[in-house]
Amino acid sequence: MSTVTEGKLTELKQYASNIRQEIVKMVAAANSGHPGGSLSAADILAVLYFHEMNAGPDKISDPDRDRFVLSKGHASPVLYASLAEKGYLPKEELATFRKINSRLQGHPSKKMLPGVEQSTGSLGQGLSAANGMALAARLDKRDYRVYALLGDGEIQEGMVWEAAMAAGHYKLDNLVAILDYNHLQIDGNVEDIMNVGPVADKFRAFNWHVIEIDGHNLEEIISALDEAKTVKGMPTFIVAHTVKGKGVSYMENACGWHGTAPNAEQLAQALEELCAQGGEK
Amino acid sequence: MEKTTVKKIATRDAYGQALVELGRENQDIVVLDADLAKSTKTADFGKEFPERFFDVGIAEANMIGMAAGLATCGKIPFASTFALFGSLRVADMIRNSVCYPNLNVKIAVTHQGLTLGEDGASHQAVEDIALMRAIPNMTVIVPADATETKKAIRAAANTYGPMYIRMGRPSVPVLFEDDYEFEIGKGVQIREGNDVAIIATGVMVHIAVEAAELLAQEGIQARVINMATIKPIDEDIIVKAAQETKGIVTAEECNIYGGLGAAVAEVLCEKHPAKLRRVGVEDTFGESGTPDELLKKYGLTAENIASKAKELL
Repeated sequence: MSTVTEGKLTELKQYASNIRQEIVKMVAAANSGHPGGSLSAADILAVLYFHEMNAGPDKISDPDRDRFVLSKGHASPVLYASLAEKGYLPKEELATFRKINSRLQGHPSKKMLPGVEQSTGSLGQGLSAANGMALAARLDKRDYRVYALLGDGEIQEGMVWEAAMAAGHYKLDNLVAILDYNHLQIDGNVEDIMNVGPVADKFRAFNWHVIEIDGHNLEEIISALDEAKTVKGMPTFIVAHTVKGKGVSYMENACGWHGTAPNAEQLAQALEELCAQGGEK
Repeated sequence: MEKTTVKKIATRDAYGQALVELGRENQDIVVLDADLAKSTKTADFGKEFPERFFDVGIAEANMIGMAAGLATCGKIPFASTFALFGSLRVADMIRNSVCYPNLNVKIAVTHQGLTLGEDGASHQAVEDIALMRAIPNMTVIVPADATETKKAIRAAANTYGPMYIRMGRPSVPVLFEDDYEFEIGKGVQIREGNDVAIIATGVMVHIAVEAAELLAQEGIQARVINMATIKPIDEDIIVKAAQETKGIVTAEECNIYGGLGAAVAEVLCEKHPAKLRRVGVEDTFGESGTPDELLKKYGLTAENIASKAKELL
């Protein structure tokens, strides 16, 4: 297991809870957005931004910073909440999400919001951009790492497999792709709509090192990322088994919460539940 | 400025040479191709700079996305394939991964339009100019000859922003001397005349010059303008031509819908209404044949340009 202290784990748990609270608040304020697939990725982003990555508001233009690409761009609330928690933007600004004149577009815009490494939203494109960033590191002899988060529905896009083939071919061992495997997409279960499994075998066949974890277990996320750093000559694919809507009882595993905003009453319940899971008030 | 020699060079060959020269000068230039490096002529760059050359296989979408990622890290990627695969096939990737974040990616395509030739309609992009022109932040350049191609590629490398540069397969006459000055966004008058004006782009420029010569035999003086940059288009040179002549003929190796002819029509309608005739592919698919046979069959000829010009007098 990971070498992090109990104190660090408590801290990360708190960040994850804070991120989740901001997600539901943001989506409720916008009365629009994608809470389900944002909540499922909150633990992963908490670890990336508050433990794993060399990144922060003071390093926005640092050529040696680690890069994160949210390929599943509709989960923008989890990215914005993480960036706000990290200090890239004031938390108050999260209330402008999806509103006119906001930097917080429905899907992340690199040009508008510093800290967003690539514009995403049209699914399937983020891994290719991450490939390019990882190749640039090699060309420039820099040792930064590149992380991409993909949705399980998203990997139905053919471009993902072009990118997966290329990352394996170029042996991009500075690249980690994480699959938010929550098993739900807009129209229903991923397995029913267009089964992407067995994903681990598929990525192994594309010459990736594959690790399967519980995507809500902070220690497992940390140790998988640690293991990825020891892998040479191939990119790492982390299959993170997650629960869509994780942390809010009525949203968990409920397809309807892919792209629906909670009302005031539902928001209050969500915040109460999330607060009890270790967040700040 | 015009050359009397009949020396012919394919613009794709000039592209390959320009890339190698730029690669020697600028370490940030990287080149991507999708299994057509021998045809697009990027293979020469790959030979000299293998570490900066990525043949991604037959996977154009990933090529555009990787180019975008490289550009976020300060590289100047040139991504090459045939015009069809570098535009229509990857339109969303160009729009969302390159143009929306305004990344410094150069999509340099070859085998444009009908003159791709024998491979036929499946490979002949006649819609790409319209499509690329419609994407915000994109610059669209179609060089007329080898000299202009080299200058345009250099200008593209030295000017920030997404660009679509469209080049051809067959050899075309070299029109310009080495001292030719190319500027992105500027049309160039290459022949004087105040009866009519012919505004042409790419492979049609030398054909437009031939048309002007045909017209001259009948005592009609046609101004010829080389419009290498289709977006942003040089409005001033169009308005001036409209003011000083009786009408304008456009000539392009592209669908007249959305291409150069449409761009010129937009400027004329808003700035200085004038008579206009468009020579181009008339909303149809091409077919197999030699480039010359195709140009003739689809009306992309000096005779057709001259005939359209006479309608304006």
